[in-house]
Amino acid sequence: MFYREAGQFKTSYKADQALMPILQDRVGLLVILAIAFVVIPVFANDFFLTSIMIPFLVFSLAAIGLNVLTGFCGQLSLGTGAFMGVGAYAAYKLTTIFPDANVIVMVLLSGVFSAAIGAIFGLPSLRIKGLYLAVTTLAAQFFLEWCFIRIGWLYNYNASGAIEIPHREAFGLVVSGAEATPIVRYFIVLCITAGIAFLMANVLRGRIGRSWMMIRDMDIAAELMGIRPLQTKLLAFAVSSYICGVAGAMMVFFWLNAAEPSSYSIALSFQILFMVILGGLGSLGGAFMGAAFIWILPVFLKFIPGTIGIDVAAETVEHVTFMIVGALIIFFLIVEPHGFARLWQIAKQKLRVWPFPY
Amino acid sequence: MKSITQLALGTAVAVGVAFSGLATTAAQAEDSNYVPLLTYRTGPFAASGIHIANGMHDYLKMLNERDGGIGGVKLELEECETGYNAQKGVECYEATKGKGALVYNPYSTGITLQLIPKAGVDKIPVLSMGYGLSAAAVGSVFPWVFNVPDTYWDGASVVIKYIGEQEGGLDNLKGKKIGYIFLDAGYGREPIPLLEQLSEKYGFELMQYPVGVKEMQNQSSQWLNVRRDRPDYMVMWGWGAMNPTAIKEAVKIRFPMDKFIGVWWSAGDDDAAAGGDGAKGYKAMNFSGVGSDFPALDDIKKHVVDAGLSSTDAETIGGTLYNRGVLNSVIIAEGIRTAQELTGKKVITGEDMRMGLEALNLDEARLKELGLSGFAHPMKVTCDDHAGSHPVFIQEWDGSQWRQASGWIEPMTDVVRPLLEAAAAEYAEKNAPWPARTEPCPN
Repeated sequence: MFYREAGQFKTSYKADQALMPILQDRVGLLVILAIAFVVIPVFANDFFLTSIMIPFLVFSLAAIGLNVLTGFCGQLSLGTGAFMGVGAYAAYKLTTIFPDANVIVMVLLSGVFSAAIGAIFGLPSLRIKGLYLAVTTLAAQFFLEWCFIRIGWLYNYNASGAIEIPHREAFGLVVSGAEATPIVRYFIVLCITAGIAFLMANVLRGRIGRSWMMIRDMDIAAELMGIRPLQTKLLAFAVSSYICGVAGAMMVFFWLNAAEPSSYSIALSFQILFMVILGGLGSLGGAFMGAAFIWILPVFLKFIPGTIGIDVAAETVEHVTFMIVGALIIFFLIVEPHGFARLWQIAKQKLRVWPFPY
Repeated sequence: MKSITQLALGTAVAVGVAFSGLATTAAQAEDSNYVPLLTYRTGPFAASGIHIANGMHDYLKMLNERDGGIGGVKLELEECETGYNAQKGVECYEATKGKGALVYNPYSTGITLQLIPKAGVDKIPVLSMGYGLSAAAVGSVFPWVFNVPDTYWDGASVVIKYIGEQEGGLDNLKGKKIGYIFLDAGYGREPIPLLEQLSEKYGFELMQYPVGVKEMQNQSSQWLNVRRDRPDYMVMWGWGAMNPTAIKEAVKIRFPMDKFIGVWWSAGDDDAAAGGDGAKGYKAMNFSGVGSDFPALDDIKKHVVDAGLSSTDAETIGGTLYNRGVLNSVIIAEGIRTAQELTGKKVITGEDMRMGLEALNLDEARLKELGLSGFAHPMKVTCDDHAGSHPVFIQEWDGSQWRQASGWIEPMTDVVRPLLEAAAAEYAEKNAPWPARTEPCPN
């Protein structure tokens, strides 16, 4: 009923190969973009922008990055946090070395360093798979974290060991540092995230994306069909790390303003991995849904009691939030192990045949 | 199908409630002074954080109950759980700053570093009492940050001075080995530049033993190194679960406890008690009162704890960290009172609060009036010096409780101050364009 594509005829190859062949999807996406670009900036307050939307978009991008590697290419990685850290430290170094350069360009460029590091740590993936690969990426996590703590050059020898983001201007606006307004940061993060998501949506359904999925589904068969595993896997590592690196740089430049090495610890890697698993492996939309669930839900739960006037001690809220989120993760994984993306697909199918289910 | 519909409905309702709730937060009562308390009662640092949180909360609550607030205006208190996590700390800051917050006490060097650049923009001062960025003591560069009564660099200089006293003079430090075991985070690394400078000046060897946040509860490798290196003294900059573990390990390797000195944050009662009998003689710096023998603490017990308005266990009143929290709240309260006097307003803003803190003068007479005579060294903030380098004392664990083991020791201001100024200038340069001070000086 709501989702019926009957009557939508494709008369050209171009229309048939469009990113979103169904009208409802296109309308839906336009509505979401309209909300993101118009409704939220107009109505949201600073708290909503800085503590909910900006982190949500940053984590969504990181989840897309990990999804490229784990969901589409089938290579399990626990080094996401460290690759994000590489992006953050690279962007910080770049902007302190070239203070006059546009900081947004620096953020986008920082992903290149992250991609190089990711490709190096992706080399073992040629010989080892699955959990064993996870262990080698874990080594990357610990090694890079050690670098962030021990190599003073990376944080310009600050006594605190943290990187602090300086004041930077671009296009006549303050874009980073304490004076940058939430709305400016939000638009930058939104544009970068939407741009990369759009790019990836196209890459993933093209030759490159398909070769990744072939490797994921059966690497020997893929090799027999002429896919070169070395290049393909390393490309997946590089692209994934690039996206994670940009997300990590955005995290410190447009959200936190300062970061200690512990901001990019193993806990962050797991957080992103949970977003990907909960959202749905191998789904771009799932990355957003997973990020929303893992990031936005706890923030809501934390601030709901206070805002509706129930007086609960802060630590009780924290404990209850832990329990609710934990229980929900288990619940959703039991109900639908393929994540929110699959739930959404089921819902779409139901909407399609409504009101005559079969 | 049905369950999914219900689920969707439930989610929609929940989200709707949350949104409407967020929208109403802007409306706030105008007849109270709002003080958000960034605390942590969960996570690996909760063991230390709970006492601090209780102390901060109880003193301000007591003012509400006993005096009806400050200057006749009630204080509106709100705790926000940070878990010592910088991201959550910033989240708490963003969630509460719009409600007219007067001052922030991050209780984490990591969170403090994130709030320092925001303070001047949002016009809300940061009070990092005895922690945070040492360089913030330079008021001409950091008008919005206060770290009374002392910076970490003051603390580090006091430890060295005290060790020098034990050895019969600072000149005798030559050739000695002093071990420094610290939490490998912004907090623990903060005093290293000063210790290195002093090591050069007095010729002792500084040996560093970093403890990562993840290894806080397993320090055997660090202490194995301590046993191998045999330092003459050990200095500790620890927090949370790190403190009791370090003291236990020190007892295990039979390190002479009277040569083991902690910073004021490694001075918790639970920390020392964890070492059992062997911990006798462990020392720590302190700048807030020892014990519960103060009229103000009796008032807290009577008006707040016994009245069931707090989650404090009555036995923990008077503990070092509890008293530290109380002292923090005394500074907040006196800041508000001073601001009210200076501006003539009852309900003040963050900008007024900044002036109040800058004009803070907690002398002996005022401490006595507050029922806290001898609870802290009299302290005074000036526009130039937001820390004041006030003297601290050394306390010693006697196996069951802390007792004062030295008089008030003055920090080496002559060494610390130039370093602070250099560090402040460096911070301003690294974060250029750092805004020049435009705030007028109230005193």
